[in-house]
Amino acid sequence: MTETDENRADALFHALADRTRRDIMRRVLAGEHSVSTLAAKYDMSFAAVQKHVAVLEKAGLLTKRRSGREQLARGDVEAVRSVASLLVDLEQIWRGRIARIDDLIESDTEPEG
Amino acid sequence: MPVTDVRHDLDNLTLAITAEFAAPVERIWQVYADTRQLEKVWGPPSYPATVVDHDLRPGGRVNYVMTGPEGDKHAGYWQVTTVDEPRGFSFDDGFADLDFTPNPDLPVSENEYTFTERDGGTRATYVSTFASAEGLQQVLDMGIVEGATSAVNQIDELVAAR
Repeated sequence: MTETDENRADALFHALADRTRRDIMRRVLAGEHSVSTLAAKYDMSFAAVQKHVAVLEKAGLLTKRRSGREQLARGDVEAVRSVASLLVDLEQIWRGRIARIDDLIESDTEPEG
Repeated sequence: MPVTDVRHDLDNLTLAITAEFAAPVERIWQVYADTRQLEKVWGPPSYPATVVDHDLRPGGRVNYVMTGPEGDKHAGYWQVTTVDEPRGFSFDDGFADLDFTPNPDLPVSENEYTFTERDGGTRATYVSTFASAEGLQQVLDMGIVEGATSAVNQIDELVAAR
């Protein structure tokens, strides 16, 4: 991976590593939502939800626009990009397995006791 | 790092990962041929796997259960398609009911594992292909992704601690 890819993966990982943010993404991918509508869905403050939205925006996963007093958020992930993030998640599962195989093999050569 | 290459094929919904292990091909084969070793590597620490049936032959089945942090159980199976001991094998990986009846409503991935000798060690190639993006999404939405996510969180904490 290039440095840019790595940075993008970092931002994606961070953004998607949170259950609430993944849930917000599912909603805004389905259609545009106002931040206040989103906030009403969760048992947390408007400011907390707004913060989650900001993290997703920074990762390039959603865009916001103003309409009067409302802030509207929309998923900005083309189908391909969203598949990309799925494959990134899957890759993490694989990396975990590979690291565990490596640990297992390494333990072969360690002296007993 | 043992992982040497990662390829994401968005069009074919394929993930290909290459890793290099400091052990002979036969040793890597053993990880999959030995139930206890397979259990150690298959599930993430938060979702340990128990292998219930293990028949690593063409047409054979490997059945496993992963247990989540809240005692939630996820059964899965491998339907083994080809075996070339010790150079690799291929199988379909799917979800099942707790009696290991395959659940046709959940996605199945095609997997091909290849182990080749390289400088006294092993180059392992893992290729997973999904039929649809929805299928891949479903797999990740099931508990298993939480293991990956907790790993990601650990990385985040590590980075934040610097």
